[in-house]
Amino acid sequence: MLEYFLPRASSFAGSIDHLFDLITYLVMFWFLLTMAFFFYVVFRFRAKAGQKAQYVTGEKHKEKMAVEIPHYLILVCDLVILIYTFKVWHEVKIDMPEFDEEVRVISQQWAWTFEHAGADGILDTDDDIVTINELVLKKDTQYKYELQALDVMHSFSIPVFRLKQDSIPGRNIYGHFKPILEGEWDIQCAEMCGYGHGFMPARVKILPADEYDAWIAANTPADAANTAYANNDESELKEASNNG
Amino acid sequence: MADTATATAVDHHDDHGHSESFWSKYIFSTDHKIIGFQYLFTGMAMGLIGGFFSYVFRMHLAFPGSEVPFFGIVSPAAYNSLVTNHGTIMIFWVAMPVLIAALGNFLIPLMIGCDDMVFPRINRLSYQIFLISAIVLIASFFVPQGGFGGAWTAYPPLSSEAEYNGTPFGAPMWLIAVTLEIVAFLLGGINFITTVMNARAKGMKLYDIPMVVWMIVIASILFMASVGPLVAGAVMLLFDQTLGTGFFDPAAGGDPVLWQHLFWFFGHPEVYVVLLPAMGVVIEIICTFARKKLFGYKMILYSSVGLGILSFFVWAHHQFISGVDPRATYLFTTTTLLISIPVALMLFAMIGTLWGGSIRFTTAMLFALSFIAEFLIGGVTGIWLGSSGTDIYLHDTYFVLAHFHYTFVPIAIIGTFSALYYWFPKMFGRKLNEFWGKIHFWGTIIPFNGIFLPLFILGAAGQHRRIAGYTAYPDLYTENFQDLRVFATGSLIVLILFQIPFFVNFIVSLKRGQKAGPNPWNANTLEWVAPSPPPHGNFGDDLPQVYRGPYEFSVEGREEDYWPQNEPDPGPSETSK
Repeated sequence: MLEYFLPRASSFAGSIDHLFDLITYLVMFWFLLTMAFFFYVVFRFRAKAGQKAQYVTGEKHKEKMAVEIPHYLILVCDLVILIYTFKVWHEVKIDMPEFDEEVRVISQQWAWTFEHAGADGILDTDDDIVTINELVLKKDTQYKYELQALDVMHSFSIPVFRLKQDSIPGRNIYGHFKPILEGEWDIQCAEMCGYGHGFMPARVKILPADEYDAWIAANTPADAANTAYANNDESELKEASNNG
Repeated sequence: MADTATATAVDHHDDHGHSESFWSKYIFSTDHKIIGFQYLFTGMAMGLIGGFFSYVFRMHLAFPGSEVPFFGIVSPAAYNSLVTNHGTIMIFWVAMPVLIAALGNFLIPLMIGCDDMVFPRINRLSYQIFLISAIVLIASFFVPQGGFGGAWTAYPPLSSEAEYNGTPFGAPMWLIAVTLEIVAFLLGGINFITTVMNARAKGMKLYDIPMVVWMIVIASILFMASVGPLVAGAVMLLFDQTLGTGFFDPAAGGDPVLWQHLFWFFGHPEVYVVLLPAMGVVIEIICTFARKKLFGYKMILYSSVGLGILSFFVWAHHQFISGVDPRATYLFTTTTLLISIPVALMLFAMIGTLWGGSIRFTTAMLFALSFIAEFLIGGVTGIWLGSSGTDIYLHDTYFVLAHFHYTFVPIAIIGTFSALYYWFPKMFGRKLNEFWGKIHFWGTIIPFNGIFLPLFILGAAGQHRRIAGYTAYPDLYTENFQDLRVFATGSLIVLILFQIPFFVNFIVSLKRGQKAGPNPWNANTLEWVAPSPPPHGNFGDDLPQVYRGPYEFSVEGREEDYWPQNEPDPGPSETSK
């Protein structure tokens, strides 16, 4: 159902959407059944002149079973959801596939810095390409990302990827994604991070291989000034984002 | 009034003397009913503030950048402060004082048939601390740089350093206010539990206690067991803010995620702390107006105890994507889905109570029935979020926001209104007007769904919470989505306008409402034995004696369809069971 709102731009977006649909079907079945039963009961047992209510304790075995049996069935539904949930969670958050490209995502009040590994595919080298509020990715490539926060907690959220991960100052958090669709979409911060929380928009741009290579070629720094970023110097980064 | 009260001469009545002044009767009273009213009216006043905040930020979201009537331009700092304090107020200064403190204080001694709380002075202290906490919170909006705006969860380092949150005075004051409020409720909780365990009327066994009293007791136990870590965490956070310690500062060797654990270890049981009393209220009302015995008293009681225990093992579902070990989510997603079972069991038992009943649609009953229907929406939408797989996408979106408003609004708003319409005659001796009550009911329920159903859609479309300006996001600032935001805001304004008939009805009925006798609804529990309104000391000289359970409606072979707990058995042939 979610693809009605947003395309699936990562390899695991489909899994999350299918889990969403599975839960929707199971929950909606029980929800509609319960609601229908509820309104039926309220309508059928409205007060009528000269009719007295029944005396039912709900303590008899038969009466208890009438309430308990649906709950065994709900429990089965819970288990089905759980198993599929475990599978999806493992795929997105635990499994770390072999990666072809690396990107470092640095969050701060109130901007995103993206360090692309550049032509050599290795971070912290002279050919890294640093961008502010724009993440450029190559389609159909398995990425590993490294997420950092410089000041407070932020959350790296790309809705079209169905991906979200909080960043924590003092920690490097790793994850992965594989863009499968060309286009350009929003990146949002999903954790309250101060005055500018609503105003740190970034965009993710997914390019086909040839355009991506052209972008790399056009943006690879020629001078050594950018090596400062490679050393991950905080003050320089802040300055860079302020200028950006 | 004062004479009958002093006639029962328990030690605390000595404070008053015979002629009570306004101050000793209403402000420094130790009478549990007056303290209940103090909590009720303070909670309602805070509710108006919290409601006004929601009006301001919803207007800002619907019409970004334009001036909001009665407020002005909403700056990002103001927006953050408004959403933060809306959440804080609605949970700590509305739901808790009204549902637990007001109802607990007013109802517990009356329903268990005693003359007052066992610790009346602690009770008075509890309200006084609560009042101070409310004043501190309100004062924090007016200090330089304004009120705290780091979300009601107050995650450090944002909350711990003024350099980041920009509110050097607002943030510590917010934290002090919350801590004081918690102290107030600890005192109240001690009182509730002790009173119910020690001061029940003669003959009232544990299974004869009305369900709402049980629920308040279980909620108080949950609160007391869960709040310790939060108080410790709050003191640590206050030290981080003011003394420069580094409990939550990674640069000083602390860990910001620790706060999340301490907060949510309290924060999740807290949901059930307010849910259980609301469920208790609804149970009392549906039994009375369906003229039915409660379906499965023990099943509901044990479910709520099980729910309470399980609620201590689900907290990290708020932290699935917050950087905790991803393997931990296997445990927490399992416990979270399991907790659906006792909640569903309780709702099914409520519907089971309606089965075979003779349902009277009074305003109180309409609110109680709508609680079941609306809370069901809140409950089932929790499954999408409890499943860690879909939570990756839905976490911190409007889907979450709509979900927990579908739990908290039925609890704090619908539950409170049903309680007020039901117990108003006992509180003030007159009934609320039913015609205006029904207008208020429909004017509350329909717009409530109008606010939050569109927000589910926005959340599923990937819109995050607490974002002051969507104009910066091309995917979100589309015409269709903006229409949904405007619709939600319009519904909110309709809902607020329909509260006017309620307040008018409330004030007019205090003086001119239809006079209610001691038992206007023909209910069974002991509070309906006392006069309406009950005097200081409640029952006069003769405390009631209990002969049976609280829900003996429509017993076969009896002419009347109710059988008060205090009415002696007619003959030896019938047993109290």
